[in-house]
Amino acid sequence: MRNNDVRKWLIQPDFVVERDPDKCIQCQVCVRQCANDVHVYDPETGLVSSDGTQCVGCHRCATLCPTNAISIRPAQLEFRPNANWTSSAIKNLYKQAETGGVLLAGMGNDQGFPVYWDRMVLNASQVTNPSIDPLREPMELVTYLGRKPDRIEFSREAGGLALTTRLETQLELQVPVMFSAMSYGSISYNASQALARAAKEAGTFANSGEGGLHEDFRQYGSNMIVQVASGRFGVDMEYLNVAGALEIKIGQGAKPGIGGHLPGEKVDAAISATRMIPEGTDALSPSPHHDIYSIEDLRQLIYALKEATRYAKPVSVKIAAVHNVAAIASGCVRAGADIVAVDGFRGGTGAAPTMIRNNVGIPIEFALAAVDSRLREEGIRNQASIVVAGGIRCSADVVKAIALGADAVYIGTAALVAMGCHLCQKCYTGKCNWGIATQDPYLTKRLNPNVARRRLVNLLRAWSLEIKEMMGGMGLNAVESLRGNREHLRGVGLTDRELRVLDIKAAGE
Amino acid sequence: MLAGSKTYLAGIIYGLSGFAFSAPAGAGVWQRRSARVIGPNQGESMSKVPDYKDISGCAISGVMSESGRLFSGEAIIRSIAAMHERSNGLGGGFAAYGIYPEHKDHYALHVMCENEEAKRVASGFIARRLDVHHEETIPTRPIDAIRARPILHRYFVSVKPGELERNYDLSEDDIVVEVVMEINSSIDDAFVFSGGKNMGVFKGVGFPEDIAAFFRLEEYEGYIWTAHGRFPTNTTGWWGGAHPFGLLDWSVVHNGEISSYGINRRYLANFGYHCTLQTDTEVIAYLFDLLLRKHRLPMEYACMAMAPPFWSQIERMPEDRRKIAREIRIVYGGALLNGPFSVLVGHSGGMIGLNDRIKLRPMTAARKDDMLFVASEEAAVRELCPSPDLIWHAEGGVPIIGKLGKEVSAGSAVSADSAPAGRAD
Amino acid sequence: MKRVVAREEFCIGCRLCEIHCLVQHSKSKKIIKAFREERDSIVPGIHVEEKGYVSFALQCRHCTDARCIEACMTGAMHRDPETGAVLCDADKCVGCWMCIMVCFVGAIQIGADKHVASKCDLCMGAETPACVANCPNEAIVYEDSDE
Repeated sequence: MRNNDVRKWLIQPDFVVERDPDKCIQCQVCVRQCANDVHVYDPETGLVSSDGTQCVGCHRCATLCPTNAISIRPAQLEFRPNANWTSSAIKNLYKQAETGGVLLAGMGNDQGFPVYWDRMVLNASQVTNPSIDPLREPMELVTYLGRKPDRIEFSREAGGLALTTRLETQLELQVPVMFSAMSYGSISYNASQALARAAKEAGTFANSGEGGLHEDFRQYGSNMIVQVASGRFGVDMEYLNVAGALEIKIGQGAKPGIGGHLPGEKVDAAISATRMIPEGTDALSPSPHHDIYSIEDLRQLIYALKEATRYAKPVSVKIAAVHNVAAIASGCVRAGADIVAVDGFRGGTGAAPTMIRNNVGIPIEFALAAVDSRLREEGIRNQASIVVAGGIRCSADVVKAIALGADAVYIGTAALVAMGCHLCQKCYTGKCNWGIATQDPYLTKRLNPNVARRRLVNLLRAWSLEIKEMMGGMGLNAVESLRGNREHLRGVGLTDRELRVLDIKAAGE
Repeated sequence: MLAGSKTYLAGIIYGLSGFAFSAPAGAGVWQRRSARVIGPNQGESMSKVPDYKDISGCAISGVMSESGRLFSGEAIIRSIAAMHERSNGLGGGFAAYGIYPEHKDHYALHVMCENEEAKRVASGFIARRLDVHHEETIPTRPIDAIRARPILHRYFVSVKPGELERNYDLSEDDIVVEVVMEINSSIDDAFVFSGGKNMGVFKGVGFPEDIAAFFRLEEYEGYIWTAHGRFPTNTTGWWGGAHPFGLLDWSVVHNGEISSYGINRRYLANFGYHCTLQTDTEVIAYLFDLLLRKHRLPMEYACMAMAPPFWSQIERMPEDRRKIAREIRIVYGGALLNGPFSVLVGHSGGMIGLNDRIKLRPMTAARKDDMLFVASEEAAVRELCPSPDLIWHAEGGVPIIGKLGKEVSAGSAVSADSAPAGRAD
Repeated sequence: MKRVVAREEFCIGCRLCEIHCLVQHSKSKKIIKAFREERDSIVPGIHVEEKGYVSFALQCRHCTDARCIEACMTGAMHRDPETGAVLCDADKCVGCWMCIMVCFVGAIQIGADKHVASKCDLCMGAETPACVANCPNEAIVYEDSDE
C-alpha cells in the first residue's frame, strides 16, 4: 500500500497563476471561489497569494476577480522541442509512473486531428438564383424526427380524398439542434434542470443521459429523450411514459466500446433515488448491454420498449462512430430504430480513460457521410432520422452537418460552455468550479438554473438566426432542401479519397 | 453521380446539304463529313456531359386544347419566338402531344446518336426487350443556324410479351423506363430524348424557332404543345441538354434553378431514378413521374409536395387539410423544390404549370374557349390569344392545371383581368 | 416598493456584493483606489451570512414599519420620501446604537468612524443598486417586495 502522503515528485503543475500586485485588492473572492485551494489568504500579512500546483485552468478566479488581476498561464517548464515526445506525452508518463493508474480525462478528444468541418465551405446564390432574406421572408427550420413512410396513400370517400397512411409519432423541433445526453450524476441537478427547461422553451429536446430522470424534471418530459443505457438506471414505466422519445444507448463517441463509472462518493440521496441504486455505491454501466450481444437482440429491446409504450414514441439508438458505422447504422434501422444518433470521436464525457478518449472512434463528418450514403443506397433513408453529435461548435458546423445528411445535431460541450464551462477537462474530479460537473452542494450553487437556462436559449436563438442567414444565402427557405444536399458543400484541403468518402466536390469544381 | 463519359453528340457533323428530306446516312445520299466543331471554349472537347451543374435562365410556353382538338405547331412557334430575347441560342425545344395518331398505342422513342455505331448499339438495346413496329429518320430540313447535328431517329415500339411475363412486378411503363435509362447511362454516344405514346420531344442547340424549322414542326398537329428557349450560363452545346426533358409521356420545360437539386437527386435515387444530366429539369420530370405515376398522389398533393405552403400557412388551415399538408411535408421533404422555378409539365392527359412557393419566376396564363395558354411572359400569351376570356399571373405554389376532356365553360362571369388560379379537378 | 431581495439558493458566498457596495459608497468610485485608500473607512451596507454551503446576502429591509426610525432618539433615521428607503442622517446621528439593538435583521452596523450607524441606502435611488448589478449568480435581485 503506497503512502499517499509521499510527494509525487515527477508530477509538475500544468499552470502558473499570476497575480498583478498593482491590481489585487486582497478581496479574497478568488480564495473563496477556488475549489482546488490555489489561492490562500494569510491574515498575518493581509495578503492573498497563489500556488499554481493545484490549478486546473478553469478560470473561475480570473472571471470573478473584480479587478482582473489574475492571469492563468501554462507552466513555463519548457521541454527541449520534440515533435514526437510532446510535453503532454511526457507528462502522462510521469503521472503513470507515479500512480500506476489509468489516465483519466473529461470532455472530448483534444488531440490535433484535423477538424473536417473547417475543411468544408458553403455555397451562396448569385445572379442565376436570388438569395432569400430571412428577415423578410419565411425561413423554415422546423424539423421532424422519426420513421417516415415511403409514400402517402389516399382513398376516395364521400367528402373527397381521405388520408389512409398512418404517420408514426414524430418529434417536432423548432430548430434542428438538441441537447446531448449528459447524465444527472455526471452533471449537477441545476445543470440538468437548465437543459430541460431550455429545451422546452426553445421547442427542442434534451437528452436525459443514462442517469435516469429526476422526479422534479418529469414535468419537462414531453421535451425529453430518455436513455435506456446498459446500466438501465432509472428505467421504470413512468420514466418511459413521460418522455417524448426513448433512446437505447449502445455507445458514446468519447469512449466507444467501454462503459461508464460514477464513483460512489457522487451517489448521494437524490442520485440514488433517481438511478434506483443504493446510496454510496458505484454506478457502473457495463460495456455492452448484457442483453444485446447481436443485432437481433437489439431488435428485441427496441420492440420491447415500443410495446411498453404502446408504439406511441419514437425509439432512437445511439451509437459511437467507429469503422463500420455505416453497416451498424443500417442494422439499427432495420432492427426498428426510428432515429439513429451517431456520436463522433470528439464527443465529450464526464470521465473516460485518456487513451480511449483520444484514440478510439472516427470523426463524425465521415461517419455522417457514410451513414447517410449507405442508408440511401439501401433505399431505407426515410425509415430513420439521423442525428449527429461530437464536437459541433457553431452554427456553421450545424449547416454543414445538415448538408451532409443529418436531420438534426446534438450539442453537449457547446451547451456546457454556454452555461459557463471552461473546458479544463477535470470533470471526473467532481470539483467543477462552475457548478456543472459536480454534486458538491457548495459548488452546485454556482450554477443558477435561471441564468443557465437563459444562456442556453440565447445560444439556440443565436444559432437559429445564423442558420437562417446561411440558408437564405444559398437560396433555400426550407431546411428539407438543405438536408443531404451535398451540392452546397465544397472541400478545401481534402484529399481525393476524403472527398470521395464525403461525396462532395472540391472547391472550384 | 457525375456523368462520366457521355460524348457530346454535337462533336461530329454530318452535313446533309440541299435536301428537303434527310435520309439514313450511307443510303445513296451525298454526305460531307466535316471537321469536329470546336466550341466557344477553344480546343475544349465538347464530348462530355458537363460535370458542373447546368443552370437554366429561359423562356417557356405552352398551349393546350382541353377538348383534344389538334392544331399545328405553328402557334407555339410564334409564341416562343415572341420571347426571343430570353434565350441565347444555345438551346431550344418543343414537346407535342397527339402527333402520331397512326402509332398511338406504341411508345415513340426519339433517339439522338453521334454516329452510326452508336445507333447500331442503341437499336440492339431497344430490340432486346421491345418489339419495333416501325422506325425511321426524324424528318428535318436544312437550317443554317443549326450546326453540329446528331443522327436523329425514331422507333415506334411496344414491350415484348415475354418481358412482361418475366418482370411481373413491373408495368409496361417501368420496362420502357428501364430500357431508356440503360441506353442513356451505358451507351456513350446515344441518347433517348423522348419516349411516350403518341407524343414527341424535339430539341437541339439553337434558337427555338430555328429548331422548330429544322424539325418541320409546322407539319405536325397536336392537342398540347410546349416550348422552351434556353439561356444556359454554362456553354454547353449538347443537344441532349436542351429542354424539354422527357420521360415516358412526361415532358418538362423549366425556367429556374433548383437550389435543392442536390437532395432531390439523392431522394430520387432511393426510388431507382438515376439523374445523369446535371440539369434541374431531370429531377422535376422524375419527381412528377414518381409522385403521380408511381405513388399515385392526386395532382394537387403532388404539386403541394413540390411547392408546399409554409408551416405558418399550414397552421391556419382547417383540420383535415392541415393534417394532410403536414404529412405531405413530413414524408415528402426530399421532393420539395427550393429555389426559383417556372415549370410547364406536359403529359397525355394535360398540362401543368407551377411556380415556386415564393414566386421568383414569372408565369402568365390565359383561357379562351377550350384553349389554355401558359407562358413566361404575357406577350407570348397575347401573341396567340389577344383577347382571352381569363388572364392571370400564376400564384406561387398553386398549380395551373389543363385537363384533357374537361367540361369547358366558355365566357365565364369573371373578367379577363381578374386572377383566380387554376385549381385541381 | 422595490427592495433588494436575496435568493439563498443561488448565493455562492463570493462577497462581490460587499466589495461593490464599498466601491459605490467610496469617494473615488474606482475599485483599486477605493480599496487602497478607503477600505477601512467604509462599512458596506450588505454583508454575507454564511454557514457551511448555506449563504446569503443580508441588508436593510427598509421596512414599511421601521423600528429603527421609531427607536432613533435624534431623528437621524428617517425615510427618504422619493425612494422609500430608510436612511441615516450622519449629521444628526450621535452613536447611541438603539437602532442596532432594535433591528431584528441585524442590518445596521457601527460605522467605521465608530460614531455613526451604517446601513444600506439603496444606492441613493440608483436604477440598479451596485450589489444587484455585480452579483455573478443573480442571487440578489431588485424587485417589488412588501416588507
